[in-house]
Amino acid sequence: MNPDKPTAAAAAFKELKERAGAQLTQLTHDKTVIMVGTATCGCAAGALEVLQTFKDEVKKRNLGCAVIEVGCMGHCYAEPMVIIRKPNSPGVCYAHVNPVIAERLVNEYILGENPCPEFVLAAFEPNDILPSFQDFPRSRYEQKIILQNCGHIEPTKIEHYIVAGGYIALAKALEASPENIIEEVEKSGLRGRGGAGFSTGQKWRLCRQSPGNTKYVICNADEGDPGAFIDRALLESDPHSVIEGMIIAAYAIGARTGYIYVRAEYPLAVERLEIALKQAKKLNLTGAHILGSDFCFNIHLFKGSGAFVCGEETALIASLEGHAGMPHHRPPYPTTHGLHGKPTIVNNVKTLAYVRHIINNGADWFAGIGTKKSPGTAVFALAGKIVNTGLVEVPMGTTLRQIIYDVGSGIPGGKQFKAVQIGGPSGGCLPESALDLPVDFNSLKEAGAIMGSGGMVVLDEDDCMVEMARYFLEFTQRESCGKCTFCRLGTKQMLEILTEFTFGKGRIEDLDNLERLAEEVKAGSLCALGRTAPNPILTTLRYFRQEYEDHIRLGKCPALMCQHLIAYYILPDKCERSCDACIGSCTVEAISPNKKRIKVIDQTQCVKCGTCLKACPPQYNAIVKLTPPSEVPNDNSKLKNQISKPQIKSKN
Amino acid sequence: MTKDKETVMLTMNGQTITAKSGTKLLWAALDNGIYIPNLCAMRDKPEPEAACRLCWVEIEGRQSPITACTEPVAAGMVVNTTGEKALKLARTGFELLMASHALDCARCSANGSCELQKIAKVLKCSLKPKRFRQLLRGLPVDESNPLFTYDPNKCVLCGRCVWVCRKHVKSGVLGFAHRGFERRITTFGDEPIGKDCLNCSACVKACPTGALTMKDGKKKTDIA
Ligand SMILES: Cc1cc2nc3c(=O)[nH]c(=O)nc-3n(C[C@H](O)[C@H](O)[C@H](O)COP(=O)(O)O)c2cc1C
Ligand code: SF4
Ligand code: SF4
Ligand code: FES
Repeated sequence: MNPDKPTAAAAAFKELKERAGAQLTQLTHDKTVIMVGTATCGCAAGALEVLQTFKDEVKKRNLGCAVIEVGCMGHCYAEPMVIIRKPNSPGVCYAHVNPVIAERLVNEYILGENPCPEFVLAAFEPNDILPSFQDFPRSRYEQKIILQNCGHIEPTKIEHYIVAGGYIALAKALEASPENIIEEVEKSGLRGRGGAGFSTGQKWRLCRQSPGNTKYVICNADEGDPGAFIDRALLESDPHSVIEGMIIAAYAIGARTGYIYVRAEYPLAVERLEIALKQAKKLNLTGAHILGSDFCFNIHLFKGSGAFVCGEETALIASLEGHAGMPHHRPPYPTTHGLHGKPTIVNNVKTLAYVRHIINNGADWFAGIGTKKSPGTAVFALAGKIVNTGLVEVPMGTTLRQIIYDVGSGIPGGKQFKAVQIGGPSGGCLPESALDLPVDFNSLKEAGAIMGSGGMVVLDEDDCMVEMARYFLEFTQRESCGKCTFCRLGTKQMLEILTEFTFGKGRIEDLDNLERLAEEVKAGSLCALGRTAPNPILTTLRYFRQEYEDHIRLGKCPALMCQHLIAYYILPDKCERSCDACIGSCTVEAISPNKKRIKVIDQTQCVKCGTCLKACPPQYNAIVKLTPPSEVPNDNSKLKNQISKPQIKSKN
Repeated sequence: MTKDKETVMLTMNGQTITAKSGTKLLWAALDNGIYIPNLCAMRDKPEPEAACRLCWVEIEGRQSPITACTEPVAAGMVVNTTGEKALKLARTGFELLMASHALDCARCSANGSCELQKIAKVLKCSLKPKRFRQLLRGLPVDESNPLFTYDPNKCVLCGRCVWVCRKHVKSGVLGFAHRGFERRITTFGDEPIGKDCLNCSACVKACPTGALTMKDGKKKTDIA
């Protein structure tokens, strides 16, 4: 690299950036900009109607505002979200916007001076009037690297990305040698975010060193994990950051062709990627002689069928080649025998999104964030019993407690925290005692979970750990490709045992059987799907064994979740005689009044749907769940006998 | 010099054996008279299937057992095919297969030549494992072929029939279908086997179990 003599790439990029800047200024300069978050999470909450309202209002009143669509800021709990930036004012972020609020914002803030504090989530810059994001406790912990642009730029405009600092890293990388790039990435300590946490630099080096002229880069955007939506959000909100990472990776390993393997079930991600790829090609950021250099690289989009196992790299490659998505034995690894037998790197969406930041800011900067063995940030998709669902990006080493309580604002409804499930069906359930664990690849693995795809589901006292394990096993069992014995039959056997537990039918020896089989499936399966499928079982057994024993020995589900182990019961002294809300709510007519007009559930009829519990007015709150079902007082049967059917009929 | 490069010396169960470099441990063992349970391996397959998960061996210096069909020999390697850890995994794999196998030896024409019986003996396992719940699939038996019967309930999904079939009929009559527990050998579009089949019976000969058997009662070993 010679800083004094700018290369062709640098010069070409400079021109590109100036043009992009000019274009963007033309669009937004001196104008109020209204940004509506229309990633999948926003759309699900009604963002498209809000978008339309703003567009209509702006047109109708000739306001001259720019209305643009942006991606996901990570505050999914507050969707639909809108950002309004007036010239010379701090940008203001509004939460839970609907068309009515949108109209008010136009009238009062855009046309007037009232920022409508009642709808404000926060302002972006500290100011005297409104609270700002900097005041949120979570801002102490959050550090956005790959989510930086998400929700702030227009994902369908490459100019916006470039003005926000995009593609600088590519121009810089093209001036360096591929070896330099690999060295930098290796030195940064970046580990793959697709689950296993393999060193990215090392992977690239192995591939570069593999003999052959044809090599491939594959971006793994299969994200089949239930509960994970980080890759989706990134692709919908900032697709170019992933594309830029891919181009740099290709340059480093010497690939001329790349594929993005994306789930067909992510239509918006597919759409935005298609647009982004077209734009990148048009500006010669992909294609022949990128930015005037000798480097040529093309990216193709491949829509996967969406099977979970297709995210496993060897299955993904088989699927790309047109075969059934079945894993095969490794070694050989893709770095030597990948797509069409050629050296290939498979990297996760997030992994690739980090690359440009490492090139821009240097390996030491990245290595200085997070923990020694897992540098950088961790991105989690917070879900379940947590106030702030959505995406968080925190330095590795942040504790679970900080993530759940400070960033996520804790458990809603004053309920008690019970466990946190990390890493989806391949991950594990960690208990309260693990809350002070600083999370990184190694600590999670030691505790029995994995980083996986970044799904983090918080569970409270109403969640049953046995049911949790059964739920995930049902998923992996269904998603097993069926090729190898341990996964195909072992997961089925384990599911069978777990299902019996939730019916209160297990035997106590089955606990040891289950644990042993889980260990063996872990050791014996061909690919990581089978090798990690037992994790939810092993961790719940390790941390919540008592709960399993309660199911088996006492037929009791302490969380009152397993339907077969609970009964609904109406407390006679709480039941209000004049009310019959529950009677009408019961779909199977299992509830009827006794002589004193106290309502009684016929346990033999009850299908345990729980509608009556919701129907009972809160001021009476007379219906409870009991476990085991034998807890229902005996006199119930006596009461039951006094009820005559005609009485029910006359009631209706 | 080149000759030395081509053959490799290693130790297996205390015995020194030689094998061509690149050979997988499973074949090296079998060629030297050491039996390792296996169902899915085929010598002429370029990539091992590695699906049955029975061929576990222990290799000195490795923490956990390795499948012998996937691991190439290496000079000086010390292999134990009868280590406790390896046997334990092999037994579990075998018992899982048997728990989903429609066991009926007395009336099965594979009786006596069945590799499952052989493996049970080697592993000292019962053919009817108590450890697991019996999970059968109850699939219909295909009698459509004039020469042989296909009983999916006895199939262990080793894939040998699929492989040999591909060699005779280019597009292959037999193939895998469905996922997970539902995975089975079937024909394209689940048509009865009779339709495009050349009646070469190569699949019956290759099948290690009673899933594919001759209707005339001929033993697999007698198929030309
Ligand atoms: C069943 C299964 C599903 C997987 N799904 C994904 C996925 O959706 N996305 C992903 O990036 N990696 C997934 N992986 C991991 C990949 O095999 C591979 O390790 C990863 O893409 C490598 O990228 P990285 O080095 O950037 O992490 C999966 C692995 C398994 C076993
Ligand atoms: S572990 Fe499961 S998904 Fe992986 S190869 Fe075996 S059966 Fe298929
Ligand atoms: S039919 Fe026989 S050869 Fe074919 S997969 Fe089943 S067990 Fe193997
Ligand atoms: S012979 Fe090795 S896994 Fe089947």
